[in-house]
Amino acid sequence: MGGSSGMTITTARLLRAVTLVVLLIFLFRPETFEPMLALLVANNAPAIYNQGSLLSLTISHLAIAIAATAAAALISVGFAILVTRDFGREFLPLSRSVANIGQTFPPVAVLALAVPIVGFGTKPTLIALFLYALLPIFENALTGLTGLAPTVREAARGVGMTGFQRLLRVELPLAFPVILTGIRLAFVISLGTATIGSTVAAPTLGEVIIAGLLSSNTAFVLQGGIIVAALAVLSYDGLTALERLTARRTGRVATAV
Amino acid sequence: MIASPRHKVLPALDKLGVFIAIGLLATLGFAPLMVFRANRIVLGETVDIAQAMPPGPMVVLLASIGVAGVAALLKTSAMMRLIASLAAIAVLAWVVGVSASFLVEGADAVARASPASGFWLLFGIFALMATDALTRMDPKPSLRIGLVLLAGLALAAFLASGIWDDLSVMREYENRAGSFAREARRHLFLAFGSLFMAALAGIPLGILCHQVRAVRGPVLSVLNIMQTVPSIALFGLLIAPLSWLSTELPILRAIGVSGIGAAPAFIALFFYSLLPVVANTVTGLAGIPANVSEAATGMGMTERQRLFSVKLPLAFPVILTGIRIVLVQNIGLATIAALIGGGGFGVFVFQGVGQTAMDLVLLGALPTVTLAFAAAVIMDALVDIMRPSGVQKGSQ
Repeated sequence: MGGSSGMTITTARLLRAVTLVVLLIFLFRPETFEPMLALLVANNAPAIYNQGSLLSLTISHLAIAIAATAAAALISVGFAILVTRDFGREFLPLSRSVANIGQTFPPVAVLALAVPIVGFGTKPTLIALFLYALLPIFENALTGLTGLAPTVREAARGVGMTGFQRLLRVELPLAFPVILTGIRLAFVISLGTATIGSTVAAPTLGEVIIAGLLSSNTAFVLQGGIIVAALAVLSYDGLTALERLTARRTGRVATAV
Repeated sequence: MIASPRHKVLPALDKLGVFIAIGLLATLGFAPLMVFRANRIVLGETVDIAQAMPPGPMVVLLASIGVAGVAALLKTSAMMRLIASLAAIAVLAWVVGVSASFLVEGADAVARASPASGFWLLFGIFALMATDALTRMDPKPSLRIGLVLLAGLALAAFLASGIWDDLSVMREYENRAGSFAREARRHLFLAFGSLFMAALAGIPLGILCHQVRAVRGPVLSVLNIMQTVPSIALFGLLIAPLSWLSTELPILRAIGVSGIGAAPAFIALFFYSLLPVVANTVTGLAGIPANVSEAATGMGMTERQRLFSVKLPLAFPVILTGIRIVLVQNIGLATIAALIGGGGFGVFVFQGVGQTAMDLVLLGALPTVTLAFAAAVIMDALVDIMRPSGVQKGSQ
C-alpha cells in the first residue's frame, strides 16, 4: 500500500489481486489453509476458527466500520460546511479544537465507558469508531472547502449562483476528492480499531483473535489479524483508486495527507 | 441615536453562549447529577441535584452555573469566560465529593455514590466553554504548558484533600492502591519506553530513507502494512516467538522477557511507533529548502556537518510532531497490553468490563484519558516552541 514507489504499478496491481483472491478463498473455503495453519497449533487444537463463521464475522466487521465511518462522514462534512459559511465561521477554531481533543481519547476507554450507557455489543463499538473517524474527515473537509482558489468562488458568484448553489455545484464537487482522502484514512483506522470492539462483545474479527489469546492458539490470532490487515490494505487501495477517479473528473489533484 | 432601536432592547448574545445556556438549563432540568447504589455492581438509582446535597453547596453550585452561563451568553472577554468556566469546573469537582459523602452517610459500608449523566454533561459543557475561551485567547506555548501543570496541581490537591474519598471510583482505588501504582508505572514504561526505543531506531532509519532513495519505498511500505495489523493481533502474534526465544536464550529470560506479559506489548508498541517517526523524519528532511542545503555546502560544510548542524535542527519540529502522534497513540494502545497480561491501566478497564463494575473501568480509563490529553497539549506546545518562524508546518 502507500505510494507504489519501489515497485511498478503492474506488480502492485497483481499483488492486490492475489491478496483479494486469497482472502476470498480463506473466507469461503477456510479448510484449504488448514494444513498450513495446523503447523502453528499443538495438541490437535483446531487450526481454523470454529466458534462461528469467519465469513459472517468479516461481514459484520465491515458493516460496523462502514456504518461508523458513514455516520462520521455525514456529521463531519455537515459541520465543515457549517463552519465555512459566514454565519458559522466563528465556530471554526473551536470545532477544530474539539475534534482534536476527541482524537486523544483512547478507543479502549471510550468503548468501556460507553458500555454502561448503551450496553454491551455493537453500539459501544460504533460510538468509539465514530468518534475516532470524526477528526480525519473533518480536517480534510475543511482543507477541501477552504482550499478552493478564490477565482473559482468569484466565478461562481459572477455567473449568479446563490450561496446554496455554489456549495452544491462548485464547492462540494471540487472538495470531494480531499474529503474522500479523509474518509479513507478514517475507514482504515476503523477497520483496525473495530477488533477491540470484541472485548465488549461486538461481533467483529476481534472475536477470533481474542479466542486465540484465551486458548493460546496462535493460528486463530494469525488468521484474525491477517484478515483485518488484508481488508485494510484492500480498502486503502480501493478508496485511493476512487479518489484518483474523482480527482481526474474534477480536474484537481488529490492531496494525500 | 434612534438608528437601530431594536438592537438596544436585547444585548448582543454570543452564538456559542446560546447553545451553552440551553445545554446548562436542559441538564439542570432533565439529567440526574448522581447515582446511588446499594453495592458496587447493582443497578443504581439516580439522584437529582436537589436530593444530592445539603442546601449550602447546592446554592454555591447553582450560583456558579448561573454566573458561568451568563458569562457565556453575553459577549464577555475571553479571559472572563475562561475564569468563569474554570471556576464552575472547580465548584463542580468540590460538589461531587460533598454529594458523595452526603449520599453514603448513614448507608451501608458497601454503598456507592458516583457522578451521573448530569455531572458529566455539566463538566463537558464547561470544558467546551473553557476550550472556546482558550482557542480565542490563543495562548503562547509556555502558557499552555503552565496551564496543564496548574490543572495537574489542582487535581493532585483534590485527590490529597480527601474531598473525593467517598466517591465510588476512589473506593475502588483504596482497594487497589498497591496494584494501581504498579500498573501506572507499567503503563508509563510501556508508552514512554517503546517511544524512546522507536525514536532511537526510527530517526536514523528516517535519515537513511532520506539519503538512500532506494530504501525509502520498501521501508515505508513495510511499516505502513504493519500499521494495518490490528493491535490485539500483533500483541498476540509476538507471544509465540518470544516464548520460544526466552526458552532458547537464557539471557532474555534473565531480564524478564517471556511470551506473556510486558515484552510482547512493548515490542508491538515499538513497531506501531516506528511509522510516524520514520515518515515524519523523511518529511521533515525533504521539506528543507534546497537553497539552505546549498548555502551550507557553500560554507564548506561536510555532508555530516550539514546533516547534524543544519538539516536535523530544521527538521526537528516535524520529527517532534511524529513523536507527539506516537506518544498519544501509545498511551491509548498501552491499555490493550492488559489483554495479554502486559499490565497497565487496561487491567482495571478489562476487569471492570468483566465484572460490570463501571467505577473500576473509570479507575483505568480516567488516568489514561487524562494522561493522553496532557501529553497531547504539552507535545503540541513543544512543537510550537521548536518551530522557528518561517519553517513550514509539519505534516503527518
